[in-house]
Amino acid sequence: MAKSLFEKVWDAHAVRELPNGQTQLLIGTHLIHEVTSPQAFGMLRELRLPVRFPHRTFATVDHIVPTNESSEPYSDALADAMIKELRRNCEEYGVTFFDTKTGRQGIVHVVGPEQGITQPGTTIACGDSHTSTHGAFGAIALGIGTSQVRDVLATQTMALNKLKVRRINVDGELNPGVYAKDVILYIIRKLGVNGGTGYAYEYGGEVFDRFSMEERMTVCNMSIEGGARVGYVNPDETTFEYLKGRRYCPRGAEWEAAVERWRSFASDPDCRYDDVVNIRAEEIAPTVTWGINPGQAIFIDQNVPRPDDVSENEREGVIEALEHMQFAGGDPIKGKKIDVAFLGSCTNARLSDLQEVARYIEGRKVAPHVKAIVVPGSQVVSQIAVELGLDRIFKEAGFEWRGAGCSMCLAMNPDKLIGDQLCASSSNRNFKGRQGSPTGRTILMSPVMVAAAAITGEISDAREVFLDPVAA
Amino acid sequence: MALEPITEIIGRGVPVPGDDIDTDRIIPARYMKCVTFDGLGEYLFYDVRKNEDGTEKQHPLNDPRFKQATILVCGSNFGCGSSREHAPQAIYHAGYRAVIAEGFAEIFFGNATQLGMPCVAVPRALRRRLVERIESEPEMEIAIDVAGLKLRFGGEEHDCEMRPGAQSSLVAGHWDPIADLLEGANAVDAVAERLPYMSSNR
Repeated sequence: MAKSLFEKVWDAHAVRELPNGQTQLLIGTHLIHEVTSPQAFGMLRELRLPVRFPHRTFATVDHIVPTNESSEPYSDALADAMIKELRRNCEEYGVTFFDTKTGRQGIVHVVGPEQGITQPGTTIACGDSHTSTHGAFGAIALGIGTSQVRDVLATQTMALNKLKVRRINVDGELNPGVYAKDVILYIIRKLGVNGGTGYAYEYGGEVFDRFSMEERMTVCNMSIEGGARVGYVNPDETTFEYLKGRRYCPRGAEWEAAVERWRSFASDPDCRYDDVVNIRAEEIAPTVTWGINPGQAIFIDQNVPRPDDVSENEREGVIEALEHMQFAGGDPIKGKKIDVAFLGSCTNARLSDLQEVARYIEGRKVAPHVKAIVVPGSQVVSQIAVELGLDRIFKEAGFEWRGAGCSMCLAMNPDKLIGDQLCASSSNRNFKGRQGSPTGRTILMSPVMVAAAAITGEISDAREVFLDPVAA
Repeated sequence: MALEPITEIIGRGVPVPGDDIDTDRIIPARYMKCVTFDGLGEYLFYDVRKNEDGTEKQHPLNDPRFKQATILVCGSNFGCGSSREHAPQAIYHAGYRAVIAEGFAEIFFGNATQLGMPCVAVPRALRRRLVERIESEPEMEIAIDVAGLKLRFGGEEHDCEMRPGAQSSLVAGHWDPIADLLEGANAVDAVAERLPYMSSNR
């Protein structure tokens, strides 16, 4: 019978049915970081259990690392305790740790793919909701809680309910100035922030066929913002080309066998989906959020909604969002003065994101009142960017060039908004308080739109700012 | 190994207004710099409850009438956002034992269930009715019948919902699956042997 990738990977990893009817699912690859793992190792010690498959467990440190100091101990004693705890746990349990001195540290969802750990046809879990990123390679990749991190450490499995699968086709051609970030913001806006609950999203169609791996990762990354715990793209030549030669990928004859196996996991053309959504690429324009969840988004040339414009069910949420954002219903979003521009996060801090921005900002200057920071997703991204001279372009434009980490996406390190600052951000969440200040305000957008806002000092249409022959 | 069955939660309720309450709201990230979950209860809904100068905002969670509540009553898509178990842990450590909401984000729901904290879903009209009743009679007892999926308060009885796997886990005392997962060790090895990538780190 024809099957989707989700069903094939699920069936290949299903161990048995548990007494409560859930499935015990083998998790092939376990990624861990400093914030959600210490309690799990604590529970493991209480149970006197080893890590079941240490060679399938990989760690890095990302959430709490300062991006402007590299010497230890960190000035934040709590952050210092967390990195030391992870180091101790990895040593004691024999887990590979991409520590800060390895040259391979970075955001866990950037490190996994670039090291070749993230592979098609596998199951991946990590104590972080943006684990869906790894689905870009045709894996079932799940964000999990800390008790489940314990479960995976101890048994390499977890208890799960099978998800339904919704196929989302985006066909046609994206207009110039429209990026992968706009595609996923549009999907979330259309299907809702909880529209994906109970589903895995399978992204496909002509736009995804043409997308690079980094673009696919941007979309899969934000699946959870639409309520879908899992998002994936079927593996194809683009996937294999990206993985070839990466450190943790099979080599030689094993490579050929792996590619053949990986290919077989792709959804069968005639498989049945629980739901299908069709989107035309031409519908999508550069998108920005105006509110306090990623579904509260509009095109750059649209106005912020009025409470009267929306259904009674949404009204309370719109009023709360307008109040927090200090916007009036009906305001154009374009022209809102920003204080901070943040280019970073597991959504948009990969090499291609930095390259695309650098191409437009060369020779331009960040507006004097704006604090602009660029935080590469990993040390590898940073190193390649430096080799290409991108750091110089960013610095000359007035950006601060920082070390790798999650940084101001969730502000567990010293990079935070102050007071009610307004931030143009390439990250994934605009929740109240997300960027470190309870009254701070976040507007999500693509990296190029962040750059446009940084340069003009206000929310802007990048197509108008960067008068490029391919744009506007 | 079975744990204590969780068949019923009885207690007073406190309304938490708003839909799409995210996990950053439930526990701001700055309070996650910890290596244990102990003490997280103090920071539950911190920025919702407190001003930046530390004074208390007007919010039901600060209202003395609801101080004895052990059940949160919330809107739709409760617990959306991050996978941080710190969110249900903070709720639990602050003394709450169940959440009634119009709907739950998936990862939050799983994390809460695994702690033995039932999350039951009700339609919007029923949530509104319940909130009205709580506001007029804060000491009213609410009974969540996990086994029968009923909600009883003030002489009323209503249906509520929970995913079957979660319900049976709670009722049978299997809400923490670690013992069941460990029992499957031999079957795990058999599945791992069939998957080439499980034998090495490549």
